[in-house]
Amino acid sequence: MRVLRWTIPFGIFVVLVAFLWVGLSRDPREVPSPLIGKPAPTFRLSKLQAPGETLSPADLKGSVWLLNVWASWCVSCRVEHPLLVQLAQENVVPVYGLDYKDKPDDGRAWLAQHGNPYTASIVDRDGRVGIDYGVYGVPETFVIDKMGVIRYKQIGPLTDEALQDKILPLVRQLQQ
Amino acid sequence: MMAVMARAVLAALLLACTAAATTMDPVPQGGNAPGMSALDVRLKRLESELRCLVCQNQTLADSNADLADDLRREVRTLALSGKSDEDIKAYLVARYGDFVLYNPPVKPVTWALWFGPFSLLVAGVVVWWVVLQRRLRAAAGETTDAGTTNDEKARKLLDDNSDD
Repeated sequence: MRVLRWTIPFGIFVVLVAFLWVGLSRDPREVPSPLIGKPAPTFRLSKLQAPGETLSPADLKGSVWLLNVWASWCVSCRVEHPLLVQLAQENVVPVYGLDYKDKPDDGRAWLAQHGNPYTASIVDRDGRVGIDYGVYGVPETFVIDKMGVIRYKQIGPLTDEALQDKILPLVRQLQQ
Repeated sequence: MMAVMARAVLAALLLACTAAATTMDPVPQGGNAPGMSALDVRLKRLESELRCLVCQNQTLADSNADLADDLRREVRTLALSGKSDEDIKAYLVARYGDFVLYNPPVKPVTWALWFGPFSLLVAGVVVWWVVLQRRLRAAAGETTDAGTTNDEKARKLLDDNSDD
């Protein structure tokens, strides 16, 4: 009984510390997406660089691809952009851009200035498709598999770490 | 003299302010403005149960974020197309997860959240009860022991006194 007098409070303390340790080290801005493991929401939008043509996720069935949500007004997009440009040069996986709530002219000018890593960008002028994809903080990047299922979502700018540790290994695994 | 003048100026300013206030329409704060339709009332109530993903401690109704604007528009469109409140919530949960709901749903993952505090309360009451019973028992034992010893002490004291 004497031992219990201090082991019980100590145990409670340890549990509390463990909960706080895990809880406080998580980023509250990263809300887990319910779309992981679900088919990518469908859309048919016109391409930024070729307004006459359209693109739908159905057109990309059979290949693994990334959907990167960006905009010319998005400051953090500039941070991740060099990584995307590099990724495009390596030709590992096609990256499609969703120009989110942007004026097409601004989007085209931005790509001309910063380089265009996208196989194609599509224009989501009013953000409707963004809502379907649960976008709430641009940039966001989705990994979509051959069956058209969302397998991963990166919230916020891509980092070299996220790319090397999570996204590229997942892409290689899905490509097999 | 200066003080009197300053006071006069202040009074004039105050008067001007009240005059301006009475000519302006009061800004509706909280509650429902008289001109609101049944749909507006319904939307406002619904939006105050939904979280804005951008400024996470604000409801959709309170947030000025661009996304909140879009989502309010979306909620209105859905409501106008005859969707029920539950349909609209399900629509948003499918896209943004349970996090959009200010009231998290009761399901196995949220059991700890919903029932945790109550189970802690029950555990606390049980501990309190056990400790209380143990103390009462100990106290009861002590008084009987102490009673005899005190009696003996008193008797001894009385005996000692009578010897004098």
